[in-house]
Amino acid sequence: MKFAVVVFPGSNCDHDAHYAAQHVLGQQAEYIWHKETSLKGADAVILPGGFAHGDYLRTGAIARFSPVMAEVQKFAASGGPVLGICNGFQVLLEAGLLPGAMLRNRSLKYQCEHVLIKVEQTDTPFTAACTAGQVLRIPIAHGEGNYYADPDVIARLERNRQIVFRYTNAEGVATDDANPNGSVANIAGLCNEQRNVVGLMPHPERACEMALGSADGLILFESVIKAVTERVFAAAR
Amino acid sequence: MTISDDILERHGLTREEYQRIVDALKREPTLTELGIFSVMWSEHCSYKSSRVHLKRLPTAGPRVLQGPGENAGAVDIGDGLAAVFKIESHNHPSFIEPYQGAATGVGGIIRDIFTMGARPIALLNSLRFGSLDDALVRRTVAGVVAGIAGYGNSIGIPTVGGEIAFDESYTGNPLVNVFCLGIAAHEEIIKGVASGVGNAVYYVGAKTGRDGIHGATMASAEFDDKSAEKRPAVQVGDPFMEKLLLEACLEVMKSDALVGIQDMGAAGLTCSTCEMGSRGGAGVDIDVSLVPQRETGMTPYEIMLSESQERMLMVVKRGREAEVERIFEKWDLHAVRVGEVTADGKLRVRNRGEVVAEIPNRSLTDDAPLYRRPMAEPAYIKAAQQLSFDSLGKPPSATDAFWRLLASPTVASKRWAYRQYDHMVRTNTLVLPGMGAGVVRVKGTSRALAMSVDCNGRFVYLDPYRGAQLAVAEAARNVACAGALPIGATNCLNFGNPEKPEIMWQFARAVEGMGAACRALDIPITGGNVSLYNETDGCAVLPTPVLGVVGVIEDARTVVRRAFRSKGDLVMLLGETRDELGGSEYLKVVHGMIRGVPPELDLSREAALQQVLVEGASAGVIRSAHDCAEGGFAVTLAECCIGTGLGAQVDVGAITSAGGHTFADITTVFSESASRVVISCTPAAEVQFLELAARHGVPIQRIGVVEGTRVQVRIDGRSIIDEPLPDIERTWNTAIERYFEPARAIA
Repeated sequence: MKFAVVVFPGSNCDHDAHYAAQHVLGQQAEYIWHKETSLKGADAVILPGGFAHGDYLRTGAIARFSPVMAEVQKFAASGGPVLGICNGFQVLLEAGLLPGAMLRNRSLKYQCEHVLIKVEQTDTPFTAACTAGQVLRIPIAHGEGNYYADPDVIARLERNRQIVFRYTNAEGVATDDANPNGSVANIAGLCNEQRNVVGLMPHPERACEMALGSADGLILFESVIKAVTERVFAAAR
Repeated sequence: MTISDDILERHGLTREEYQRIVDALKREPTLTELGIFSVMWSEHCSYKSSRVHLKRLPTAGPRVLQGPGENAGAVDIGDGLAAVFKIESHNHPSFIEPYQGAATGVGGIIRDIFTMGARPIALLNSLRFGSLDDALVRRTVAGVVAGIAGYGNSIGIPTVGGEIAFDESYTGNPLVNVFCLGIAAHEEIIKGVASGVGNAVYYVGAKTGRDGIHGATMASAEFDDKSAEKRPAVQVGDPFMEKLLLEACLEVMKSDALVGIQDMGAAGLTCSTCEMGSRGGAGVDIDVSLVPQRETGMTPYEIMLSESQERMLMVVKRGREAEVERIFEKWDLHAVRVGEVTADGKLRVRNRGEVVAEIPNRSLTDDAPLYRRPMAEPAYIKAAQQLSFDSLGKPPSATDAFWRLLASPTVASKRWAYRQYDHMVRTNTLVLPGMGAGVVRVKGTSRALAMSVDCNGRFVYLDPYRGAQLAVAEAARNVACAGALPIGATNCLNFGNPEKPEIMWQFARAVEGMGAACRALDIPITGGNVSLYNETDGCAVLPTPVLGVVGVIEDARTVVRRAFRSKGDLVMLLGETRDELGGSEYLKVVHGMIRGVPPELDLSREAALQQVLVEGASAGVIRSAHDCAEGGFAVTLAECCIGTGLGAQVDVGAITSAGGHTFADITTVFSESASRVVISCTPAAEVQFLELAARHGVPIQRIGVVEGTRVQVRIDGRSIIDEPLPDIERTWNTAIERYFEPARAIA
């Protein structure tokens, strides 16, 4: 299958996502510059981490206006799998593809460290190969990953089973100690109602090889390969 | 025009230097010319006090592709690739404005690396601050760490390691030294030269403002209570702009359309134009009215001296201009033609066509003043080197001292800082920060690179010659502990006011020691930076010549880490513990003094030790390795256990040379004797490892096993330290963050 890795000015995990898709998983991967207006036949789209457009104004706020985002919107609307990682997640929030917003970490500091997240939903393209309740060890690296949404939105997310990942301890319990940034309901990642658009703050592309300390992130990529190959999730062409 | 003493003083020039300017120009300079000379002849740009000494450092070797004199050095790492690296200081700006000072230090060194055509893949930093008990110091620490994080994280280059140490001498003058390493194919390395008469000179990047005017001159003077007024001389960084510049420049460089490129760092447009011209034996003719400006009404003087960040100067091959402009347009940057290369070897500055400065390039660079400043051994040395155990009173219990050392900020975990740095971006980081040398793999090859920055300023203070040797040895040893063969080094020499003979003596002796150590260990120095005038109100910092050493690991899978791996593994001590405490962390923390002579160092034995480490790693017989530094053996052993859940039981035996005095136990476990490493290996590998050490003549002692959940140290069967690992971890992990988050309100 073919991944499109969108490159905004200021993206800095674009190479890492591309490397994971191409070198670790042996799939096709192509960079898509933000000024382009075609996703070049990709089967899945990754919005990578970084500081798109310098994150000036608000994280992700300017990136949503990049020309390529119209294509990403169309691709998502047609059912294509879209993954927003870290800054990519923030862009998805700003673009209205996922609900809610990010506040500064409650430590008021940038934090880079391995955390544990529990897979709560397995019927998304990026968790299809997971087992429900599986705990993954994946690093975070962000200053604004403190997810916030109004209580009624959170209630809707819970009802619709849109909370895909939560920060937990090793036993899979969402404790306050396990919450690195203060996110409401320990939310680490979400999907949309159609379940094909997923965003998360942790970086699965940094956890694809044991040499780097964890290979738990591989399963997100393996999931989408499975979902696309079996045409569970695919963009209508 | 009459140049008054007042004007000269404000430019940091002496009357003699002014006369030299008149001689070089064969006339009186204009004010713009005076400004240009003042920044190029500042200590920061000209190295006028240090150059005579620096010439004695070894800079050549079979792997060296680029030695000192360019934006950064480069060494061959195999597969046709080069490691391009350098360390630089941003001490003065970081004291005045910690966040921006540190941030722009990171920005500056990153530009030095990508200017050479290399993609930056790793950052390290070496930081020195006063005591954390001081609120102003805590503010500086918080600002510097946030500044490093703010810049490095945004641009997407991981900060993979470094060191932080604390001493009161740095209170009014912190040290912020930043190291960057990049990778380039040999043929991609590009230099800062201007050549080819008629070739266009381009300016690209951020617009020029009034920030940082005379930054280089500021960095060449001592601080006093007026220093806060110099805040406008600190620049403000924009990492997003630099990220765009980085990507755009690397793309342009692939096109082969450039003759040369240089970043505008200290002394801005002045330095980049005259240095590029001087290196290429050419002249450069620019018109400052074409330079993109952020403010209105800027004079040629201000434009030439501005140190606005994120700017580059390029010389483009004739006929390739449109291609270069197109690439920058893609990144929403606008490359502007500001002048051209000429044949006359002069820097000619115009304003709307009218010539406002015309100076032979060489008079600004190679022919800048060179001083052999007077030197004198400082009076303090003889007295400070005296240390008698009798004067220390009754020794504390080793256990008590052990806990105090674990909680000492210089020894304790630096997690509070490195957690704020993105240390994993680019997915190459094989050893996480806080574990000794930083190690990154080189994608597309089987290799990895290890790098470490080190210096113990106390040792240098007590004996500059040996102290600098110890810094070289430690940095190289840290790299060797990871299994890497040291192949190159860069230095950042932080000293006080060179106009004082005592400081100049410290400097000269340290450079001599550094040179001797680098020759003995076969590590060429490919570049670096000198930072002088690190004084506030007349008090100098501890002399701190920081060494950054880079090593190569042929097979990235064989990288060795600090932590013990499995219960039952054997613990060995390589090297010899001597009955010495001079300059130790123990003396500082427990007795509040910096005294004695630094640890002895036998460079041939150090070289042999490093060979054992490198060979042992590549043969796969070393399971973990950690060098003994601040805090001595006991702290080293504890650090091998931290994070593993594995304790250790060892008996180190008495030091043979100890005279049975009352401090014998203390020196056995807290001595900072050089050339020692704690390693672990499987019982099956014991014989092979002992043979390896014997072959190289390195003393080795099997001292115990990885076992239990306590750190247990005995001396000839007597228990000296026996403490639970979880408590050790808590103390060591939280010692620094306790100063910043005394009451963690939210979990």
